[in-house]
Amino acid sequence: MFDISSHKKAGSVKEAISLLKENPDAKLIAGGTDVLIKLREGKKQFSHLVDIHGLKELNFIKKDGDNTIVIGSGTVFSQVIESDIINTHIPMLVDAAQSVGGPQIRNIATIGGNICNGVTSADSASPLFALNAVVSVKGSKGSRDIPIADFYLGPGKVDLKHGDVLTAIKISSENHDHAFGCYYKYAMRNAMDIATIGCAVNLKTKNGRLQDYRIAFGVAGPVPMRCPRAENMARGQALSSRLIEDISQAVTKEVTPRTSWRASREFRLNIITELAKRATIKALKRAGEELP
Amino acid sequence: MTDGHFRQISFTINDRERRLRVDIRKSLAEVLREDLGLIGLKQGCGVGECGACSVMVDDVLVDSCIYLALWADGKQIRTVEGEARDGKPSKVQQAYVDEGAVQCGFCTPGFIMATTSFVEKCKGKNVSPGDIRKAHAGNLCRCTGYQNIFTAIEKSIESD
Ligand SMILES: Cc1cc2nc3c(=O)[nH]c(=O)nc-3n(C[C@H](O)[C@H](O)[C@H](O)COP(=O)(O)OP(=O)(O)OC[C@H]3O[C@@H](n4cnc5c(N)ncnc54)[C@H](O)[C@@H]3O)c2cc1C
Ligand code: FES
Ligand code: FES
Repeated sequence: MFDISSHKKAGSVKEAISLLKENPDAKLIAGGTDVLIKLREGKKQFSHLVDIHGLKELNFIKKDGDNTIVIGSGTVFSQVIESDIINTHIPMLVDAAQSVGGPQIRNIATIGGNICNGVTSADSASPLFALNAVVSVKGSKGSRDIPIADFYLGPGKVDLKHGDVLTAIKISSENHDHAFGCYYKYAMRNAMDIATIGCAVNLKTKNGRLQDYRIAFGVAGPVPMRCPRAENMARGQALSSRLIEDISQAVTKEVTPRTSWRASREFRLNIITELAKRATIKALKRAGEELP
Repeated sequence: MTDGHFRQISFTINDRERRLRVDIRKSLAEVLREDLGLIGLKQGCGVGECGACSVMVDDVLVDSCIYLALWADGKQIRTVEGEARDGKPSKVQQAYVDEGAVQCGFCTPGFIMATTSFVEKCKGKNVSPGDIRKAHAGNLCRCTGYQNIFTAIEKSIESD
């Protein structure tokens, strides 16, 4: 039994917002794979629930007229994996969705819930950082769009006020069109494990050079992060093994991983260097490039 | 209809329609086991790690220990009890028996549902050993060492 004091089912986003407003202690539940675990652990902060589980309004993947890809916050990872749109345009998100938990978890865990809990290890987060994703939030005062990097305020803290609902994640054309990416997760086991380090690369190439290059990490700091200095160094450079080596060294100057019972800082730094190489090489392969 | 912690829901369980007053605090695993006596599924970890509580909701495999019973409203639920027809085990069940894929049996009802879901999903597709492992990564077995389970799954696909 979960220690639930009240449960209100919302039939729409609008209703969810007003139900949240009615009860200052109420929290949203979507897939429940974080919320129900916390309740199981006896944590009280989720004992009043506003339920958006399975809400149709939040469950979609579509391409807008301007080629922006929009993912409803209530979309579960299995749907991301099976989506033609995502497979065609953002295979990196398929990598990430595939790496989450096991089948039962992927069938129920939502991409919205994954970023709303604000943890650095969330597998969809670093790809969304590398994609310059924008999240749409609705509240009683209307809607706002927030770049994903600004959405993360600190460990376990995102830019949501009480009464806010994350409705969608948007990836605009310039961030996915002619861009190739890869998400690489390193964990102690091949499934059902939290990332020791997650690495997402999103790049564009032109005439044998990196036209655009972005690299993001999970668990390399308190929140998911990009490495802007390494990116600046890489942009415009000719493709070479040397360049990949340089990137993999440059990122270590920007990340701030720490020691935990899962892995030491030194080990994580080693993984960061290695994943920077592997994710970049895989992204280049997807771009049809071969290293000279 | 709400009274305190209870709410009326209706759903189909192994092809039978049911109306039930459920406690909003209960997981689907708890309602199936305690209120409906469907004790095939087991609660191992209670936190989505082991898959012993796996059931299908509208043909989607879920861990019933972290699925609110309320969410079953209007849905079709399948548990291991519904897989045998006229006293005859399903192909998946038979494969587990034939391959000796069961030791203590605690994980088996969950595994049977995971394999059943996998077999139904990959009908007509080519399946690699990696696909089989990946599709069963959410189920733990402490006894068999998995090899016989793996063979039973391969056999379930062949015989389908
Ligand atoms: C066994 C197991 C394995 C796991 N493995 C992984 C893994 O490999 N990688 C990984 O990244 N995660 C993993 N997780 C964590 C979890 O499954 C994910 O973070 C998942 O995406 C959370 O989504 P949810 O819909 O279940 O969230 P919920 O539990 O419903 O909600 C999570 C948080 O987000 C809030 N929230 C949900 N939806 C919204 C919304 N639309 N607007 C505003 N706030 C919202 C909730 O209030 C809550 O604070 C695992 C969990 C379990 C139990
Ligand atoms: S009891 Fe449900 S996953 Fe372990
Ligand atoms: S047979 Fe005992 S846990 Fe699998």
